[in-house]
Amino acid sequence: MSDMNFDRLDIRTDDCMVYEKPLDTLLDVPFHYCPGCAHSTVHKIFMEVCQEMEIQYDIVGVAPVGCSVFAYHYLNVDMQQAAHGRACAVATGIKRVMPDKLVFTYQGDGDLAAIGTAETVHAANRGENFLVIFINNGIYGMTSGQMAPTTLEGMVTTTSPHGRDIATQGYPLKISELLANLPGVAYVTRQTAYNAAGVRKTKKALQKAIEYQKKKLGFCLVEVVTNCPSNLKMTPLESNKFVEEQMLAFYPLGDIKVPGGK
Amino acid sequence: MGEIRLMKGNEALAEAMIRAGCDAYFGYPITPQSEVLEYLSIDATKRTGMVVLQAESEVAAINMIYGAAGCGRRVMTTSSSPGISLMQEGLSYIASAGLPCVVANVNRGGPGLGTIQPSQGDYFQSVKGGGHGDYHLFVLAPSSVQEMVDFVREGFDIAEKYRTPVMILSDGAVGQMMEKVELFDQMPRKTEFPDWATTGRKRGQDRTYITSLFIKPEKMEMINLNLQAKYQAMIENEVRYQSFHLDDCEYIFTGYGLGARICQKAMEMGREKGYKIGLIRPITLFPFPTTIFNEMASKVKGILDVELNAGQMVEDVRLSVEGKTKVDFYGRMGGMIPSPDEILNAFEEKFINGGAK
Ligand SMILES: Cc1ncc(C[n+]2csc(CCOP(=O)(O)OP(=O)(O)O)c2C)c(N)n1
Ligand code: SF4
Repeated sequence: MSDMNFDRLDIRTDDCMVYEKPLDTLLDVPFHYCPGCAHSTVHKIFMEVCQEMEIQYDIVGVAPVGCSVFAYHYLNVDMQQAAHGRACAVATGIKRVMPDKLVFTYQGDGDLAAIGTAETVHAANRGENFLVIFINNGIYGMTSGQMAPTTLEGMVTTTSPHGRDIATQGYPLKISELLANLPGVAYVTRQTAYNAAGVRKTKKALQKAIEYQKKKLGFCLVEVVTNCPSNLKMTPLESNKFVEEQMLAFYPLGDIKVPGGK
Repeated sequence: MGEIRLMKGNEALAEAMIRAGCDAYFGYPITPQSEVLEYLSIDATKRTGMVVLQAESEVAAINMIYGAAGCGRRVMTTSSSPGISLMQEGLSYIASAGLPCVVANVNRGGPGLGTIQPSQGDYFQSVKGGGHGDYHLFVLAPSSVQEMVDFVREGFDIAEKYRTPVMILSDGAVGQMMEKVELFDQMPRKTEFPDWATTGRKRGQDRTYITSLFIKPEKMEMINLNLQAKYQAMIENEVRYQSFHLDDCEYIFTGYGLGARICQKAMEMGREKGYKIGLIRPITLFPFPTTIFNEMASKVKGILDVELNAGQMVEDVRLSVEGKTKVDFYGRMGGMIPSPDEILNAFEEKFINGGAK
């Protein structure tokens, strides 16, 4: 090693490649997300999908209110920022006037399954032909850790400081299973992003959902069960363990509905 | 001369929407304006290809409007008071994001679920903001079925010129009554869309986005200053009103929409009795015709403002006259409509029988 000239060592070669950004679809700005947060990962893989499928010129996205409210600062595809919970209504407006474009929403659990439940259910029930990317981290991230509709029983949040009490605060909501019952819904799958295999499968699911939208099969939803280290007050690794051991026990991974299938 | 038809206000408005080349309508049924969605559902899509969709709520409808307007399309929704209340959050977002659209409120009596009878109780909500933050809607007040037609086309033009939400503030009477109307010819739907629209990223460029979120106060203040500059331009260029007998009048009746129509009759009856009464009917409620009221204030003995509410526009009339003349108010509420006799009596009581000086 001693005779190597480090000044001139260029590691930017294909065989040294361990990490690559989709350069055309992910803007070159640092994410504001907390270290270890899955929002960054899901942004990146969805932009990889857009670049690989060459759909970045044919897709319009809707950002929610939640930690990913600034998604349009990172995703280099046309975007609209929607009011809290209204992403599926905004996406309906977009898709109806541009039926030949691809449309997606990117929403947290509070946005999609609390304040926006009506818009989500009715867009699904109309079989609106767009993709919903649903980030289920079991907590309200942006507003600093309040209880979400998907918060687990007994889970401590700032508004369930003694643990979520089913008797007074209701049950964690499996909105994906609920939506899968609707005939307008083509594809519902639950994936995760806490490990490499999960990330790969999530990416695959996103690709499939885009294919289904191209075929005009109807409403597609890809749920990604994720972490929120900051509000779980854990290190990123601890929060991933929480996802694996606690969240996935209640929110099992896998396809919930596939086109033409169950 | 365009096609002449006998039409109900709500249906005329819907017909005008189709003919104005509207790309999409999203709405939710509510009396007294459900005819709009019903009329469009018959064959609007067949005629022009426009989207007509019954939303699950007014909340959803206004957000569908946001999405479609953000794609640079001509879009419109309609509702009545309780539904318009539900749209306020969306309207605030639309104003902030600078999206053009037209919204019609066929005003019914409130507050609360209220009554389905006509009212003008939503003046404050329409003119002063309604939703959160410093914004205005551009507000047009039709007083006839003909204006229900004309203001749709003109509303779209204003909305697109200023990238602003436009409100057609009508009421249950104008929406339900039948009158002769002249319709304009079918206009083509747009085929080209503005640069700011999110129609898919253009090759060789970065993405376009639509937002109302500007976290840095310096930036948010700039956005507000731009909005205020836009409102100032409307005040300078777009004020509209109709007037009668301003050359010889000693008193002025004022009101908007249905209220002005009844005032016109009361004015004619008053003139027969020898009272020199004129009339100012604001057509744009925002921007308000402040100047004409201010000019006339020093020439008349008083102004009687008549509304189907507890006295809302009268505040703008008072601000306009700057104390230079007496301004009094007569109104009925909760779906009750004042008769011309009633108005003339109120006028005599307040201004003639010892009230004026
Ligand atoms: C009408 C309205 N109500 C409340 C809020 C405050 N608010 C912002 S984000 C949020 C919750 C977001 O949680 P979630 O959707 O789970 O997304 P995350 O931040 O966890 O990604 C709330 C309640 C708001 N912006 N608008
Ligand atoms: S608060 Fe939670 S969801 Fe939001 S960026 Fe931080 S870790 Fe991610």
